[in-house]
Amino acid sequence: MTIKPFHILFGSVALLLSSFGGQANAAEIGGVRVSGFIGVESRVFTQNPKHAGQKTGLEASVIFNPEFRYRTEDRVHRFTFIPFYRQDSRDDARSHFDIREAYWQWRGDEWDVLAGINKVFWGVTESAHLVNIVNQVDGVEDLDGEDYLGQPMINIATQQDWGRVDLYVLPGFRERTFPGTSGRFRGPLPVDTDNAKFESGAKEKHIDFAARYSHYFGDWDVGLSYFYGTDRAPVLSLSNDGTRFIPTYNLINQVGADIQYTTGAWLWKFEGITREGQGDAFAAAVGGFEYTFYQVFEKDWDIGVLAEYQYDGRDASAPFTAQDEDIFAGVRLALNDIQDTQVLAGFSIDQSSGEQFYNFEADRRIGENYTLELRARFIADSNAGDDSFALEHDDYIQLRISRHF
Amino acid sequence: MIKKQSLKLLAGIAVLLTVATPVMAETPEEKGFRIAARSDRSDRGFINNEVTATMILRNNQGQESKRILLQRTLEIQDESVGDKGVIIFQSPADVSGTTFLSHAKILKQDDQWLYLPALKRVKRISSKNKSGPFLGSEFAFEDFTSQELNKYKYKWLRAEPCPNAPPLTCDVIERYPQYEFSGYTKQIGWVDQTDFQSRKIDFYDRKDELLKTLTLGGYEKHEGKYWRAHELKMVNHVTGKSTDFLFSDFKFGLKLSERDFEKGFLGSDY
Repeated sequence: MTIKPFHILFGSVALLLSSFGGQANAAEIGGVRVSGFIGVESRVFTQNPKHAGQKTGLEASVIFNPEFRYRTEDRVHRFTFIPFYRQDSRDDARSHFDIREAYWQWRGDEWDVLAGINKVFWGVTESAHLVNIVNQVDGVEDLDGEDYLGQPMINIATQQDWGRVDLYVLPGFRERTFPGTSGRFRGPLPVDTDNAKFESGAKEKHIDFAARYSHYFGDWDVGLSYFYGTDRAPVLSLSNDGTRFIPTYNLINQVGADIQYTTGAWLWKFEGITREGQGDAFAAAVGGFEYTFYQVFEKDWDIGVLAEYQYDGRDASAPFTAQDEDIFAGVRLALNDIQDTQVLAGFSIDQSSGEQFYNFEADRRIGENYTLELRARFIADSNAGDDSFALEHDDYIQLRISRHF
Repeated sequence: MIKKQSLKLLAGIAVLLTVATPVMAETPEEKGFRIAARSDRSDRGFINNEVTATMILRNNQGQESKRILLQRTLEIQDESVGDKGVIIFQSPADVSGTTFLSHAKILKQDDQWLYLPALKRVKRISSKNKSGPFLGSEFAFEDFTSQELNKYKYKWLRAEPCPNAPPLTCDVIERYPQYEFSGYTKQIGWVDQTDFQSRKIDFYDRKDELLKTLTLGGYEKHEGKYWRAHELKMVNHVTGKSTDFLFSDFKFGLKLSERDFEKGFLGSDY
């Protein structure tokens, strides 16, 4: 039996409403804290698909993301386990299971050690995450690239008065996920994730290495990072038979810096990288500000105004990026009410092509345990040869209802 | 002899006067500061503590919403530097794990960070937002983060029976925020003369009108010396909304160090 959108929608709504009954807060079972969420998501596309093989109509998904945490009484040992599963009605490649986190952490007086699968986030800017490189992007989850696959690692860290140093050994490369033939948000041909190529002879077994220093000095927050290993983004090239894209992962050296200056209601943000290993060495940067007006209109509302500029100096031998000479601007509204209502509206424009990307996000809690998340994303003025041309028919509106526990 | 005697007596009186003068001539401002300092310093030496706080938010129709927070404080004894604090959100479930870190300053802006567990991202945030609501409650950020002695100037007004702890006598003191961006022109506080604890505070908005009243009750002594209120109630007179803050499970002298209150440790103790 094929899974139809309404099977998922109705099945999961029933699940949402029934399974966690009246339970309000994180449960503790034998000292293990259990929390997380189950969500139902549906997407409506406003245009017919552009590429052969893509399905039409409503897309529905159910997402299950429980979290299990345990720590010893003396707080020296910690165990965390966070599996993730999505079942999608339209695209088999989007239905996937992942272990987001599964680690043991030991806390010493000077050093901390973490071994297992984990997620780390580096950086300060909103419109691009240039510096963040440890975790692979879970590319089938969301266009915003803010969902990541769990990364196996050994992380040794120390916190001193002069800052925090993290060293990472990263065995086990995670390949990027891509939509399948029937999915949206892809190029004219699907990506063949079963036949990826690697620059390293060890392929996905190459052991990557990363290091980071981070601290703050008065109003300045600073992070410096280094990465040597397999780039998380692949170069896509046409297969010999011309029916698929083959991903190729290069070995790179990357140095990154992220800086934020916080003064009054201003946040000034900058991220920059230099990378070597893909054609000529190149630099990329993103920088801008966020300014917040607090308690506007004599209400508890806050309005933030954001603007960032993206630059990228890579050539064609590096993985494709659409964020090369784009201006991003946005407005964030927080009502500061009991339901934590928030709205973000933003757009970015490519300076040379003029193509635009519009993004609208609204979030709100319902009651104590449910959240509602609305997303709407549109591409405009995209012409043949532009960065977003392959996605020009993928405008969509998405609604997710989640039950948190 | 007599002369000498009288001289001695005079000298004695003079000495007495000299000793007594600071009390006699104490201005209302000095007295206000002295009482506030005595209250603040009655807490000296607690080093660190942890407490579970339940917030009950009530709108003017009586509808309730609940939040649970874990609060940790690290005492910094130097009064020219503020304490450090961590607040870990536990409920509602969708924000559980979100952590707020504050390094209080005296007159400069505090350093504040927010940890967002979904992305595992640490964000330095602006601390200009003093008067904004904390988690949609009737408490403003500054009601938590601006309790340092030297963030205010003081003036003693009068002594009277404590309004919500009748057997006790309270000193009534006005205090004026000295830090930038406060939503208040002044606060009037009732501090009892027995245990030196704050019993009630009236908050006056930028137009100098009564905005909110905080009452503090359920005082208990911990570790034999540290008084802690277990029930705080903030009523907003303009909107009719109120927030109760109920504290339970106070723990003192935990194995927490300075680094547990560092940016680099955000998210690691959740």
